[in-house]
Amino acid sequence: MASVAAEHPRREHPWRPALIQLGMMAIVLAVLYALWEGFKWFGETTGLTIGSFEVNDKTFPHLHDIVGQLFEPSRRNGPLLIEVLWDAALFTAKEAAVGFVLGASIGFALGVLLAHSRLLQRGFLPYIVASQTIPILAVAPMVVIWFGGRGFPDWFSVSIIAAFLTFFPVAINTLRGLTSVDPRALELTRSYASSTLQILWKLRLPASLPYLFTAFKISATACVVGAIIGELPASIQNGLGGAILNFNQYYSTTPENLWATNLVAAALGIVFFLVVVVVEKIVVHRAPEHVA
Amino acid sequence: MNERSHVVELKAVTKEFGQGQVRALEGIDLEIRPREFISLIGPSGCGKSTLLRIVGDLIQPSGGDVVVNGKSAHQARLDRDYGIVFQDAVLFDWRTVEKNIGLPLEILRWDRRKRGERVQELVDLVELKGFEKHHPWQLSGGMQQRVSIARALSFAPPLLLMDEPFGALDEMTRERLNLELLRIWDQSGSTVIFVTHSISEAVFLSTRVVVMSARPGRIVGIVEIDLPQPRTSETREEPRFAELIRDVRQLLRKGGGFEVEEPEDEEQFIVAEEGL
Repeated sequence: MASVAAEHPRREHPWRPALIQLGMMAIVLAVLYALWEGFKWFGETTGLTIGSFEVNDKTFPHLHDIVGQLFEPSRRNGPLLIEVLWDAALFTAKEAAVGFVLGASIGFALGVLLAHSRLLQRGFLPYIVASQTIPILAVAPMVVIWFGGRGFPDWFSVSIIAAFLTFFPVAINTLRGLTSVDPRALELTRSYASSTLQILWKLRLPASLPYLFTAFKISATACVVGAIIGELPASIQNGLGGAILNFNQYYSTTPENLWATNLVAAALGIVFFLVVVVVEKIVVHRAPEHVA
Repeated sequence: MNERSHVVELKAVTKEFGQGQVRALEGIDLEIRPREFISLIGPSGCGKSTLLRIVGDLIQPSGGDVVVNGKSAHQARLDRDYGIVFQDAVLFDWRTVEKNIGLPLEILRWDRRKRGERVQELVDLVELKGFEKHHPWQLSGGMQQRVSIARALSFAPPLLLMDEPFGALDEMTRERLNLELLRIWDQSGSTVIFVTHSISEAVFLSTRVVVMSARPGRIVGIVEIDLPQPRTSETREEPRFAELIRDVRQLLRKGGGFEVEEPEDEEQFIVAEEGL
């Protein structure tokens, strides 16, 4: 245990770590850009083919063309592509966020329940694991049929599909977090004759927060993927999934549209992830070496 | 009536782990009067921590009677008759110093104002003024252990159970905390049961030292410590101090405390038996 003074060996600028990270990200981006364009140039000048695969503007559009396409009209006299994708991303974000909240709540409740009974753990856990081995595309049509036209908005079945991908990591990590409490801390709470609810609230829950946030980070990106994929069988046109399906059909004429949509989808996943990271920073107070 | 003159009464207490494969404790008889400071000392694996946990109703004895404050150990735990301190401070990382100290009071549902006043008293008692808002990881090991002692004393239990509380600290911190503990003991009026590996610590702190044998743990003998109170840093230099150390040492030797270094698998049994 270091003394208080030793915790801050040097006074550094508070923005320094953030600036270093931004700098590193810029460098990595530059390297990726160089690799992409380098490969494209190499492939085109040497006429490289791998099987029927050929490097050209269809298979490997210029990165600057992909980004540039965002600021072109999406169709003749239509709005800019970025405006179309912005609306689609907001729509998908709504589906994913509802799915995240739903899935995280169910996963958490399940984890709490299982943490308090070995018997339930043995009975339920195999099925919970099995649920995740079912391909999402196989469940999606059923979900759409079950929830479609029953007073729910159309996009709600997409949220259910996103929730299906979200609940699993949360359930598993809640269970693990709640059960991996220091046995001495448990003895301590028992010595105060604490109730089960008090032990859950004062000890197990706060102790499991780092596990929970690990799950939330995984789920944050998984629910975006779930929402995008869920839009396909649900025939939802307004989201990023609809945009991907649409631009897929016109790939041979304007491949940049699909690539640009992928960029936006990735950005949406990153935004979800960052929201979780920010909330974690606010909520979780741990020794610096214990914070992932 | 006579019962109430003892804080703790143990009669023929035994403990076996794992279907009788390991006999941790055998035939423990011990009576502890109010305001005593009792040290349990013995070789590793002699069951002294186990005995402490039996008194605290954290594990169940395999046989014998345990009476704490004139009632069963279980009822005593429910009545919050004791506070406990472990070798590790076991502080909650997500709570500040004052919130760690106030944790038992939250569980006892004290209202905020009363809790705040009591926590302030305890912060003064363990001399941590100015560190109330710190988190555990910002404190030294000795300071963490003082927080843990304040937490155990927060609801003023008549009995304080301490399981090698200073075992992980360096010698100088340990001696300073020994003096502090005696001052706290004097002010709080609690009875203390103190598990330790250190002969000099046991003699310095205690009114009686209970010497235990290697497994199965039995009481080899009890040494009355007749050093004058209050103890000071000069106490260690008195000739009587050296004599008492020799007495304890001889009992330890008699109990086989110096021949064998037992593997410390007792803890595993405790955890295994507790399960989750």
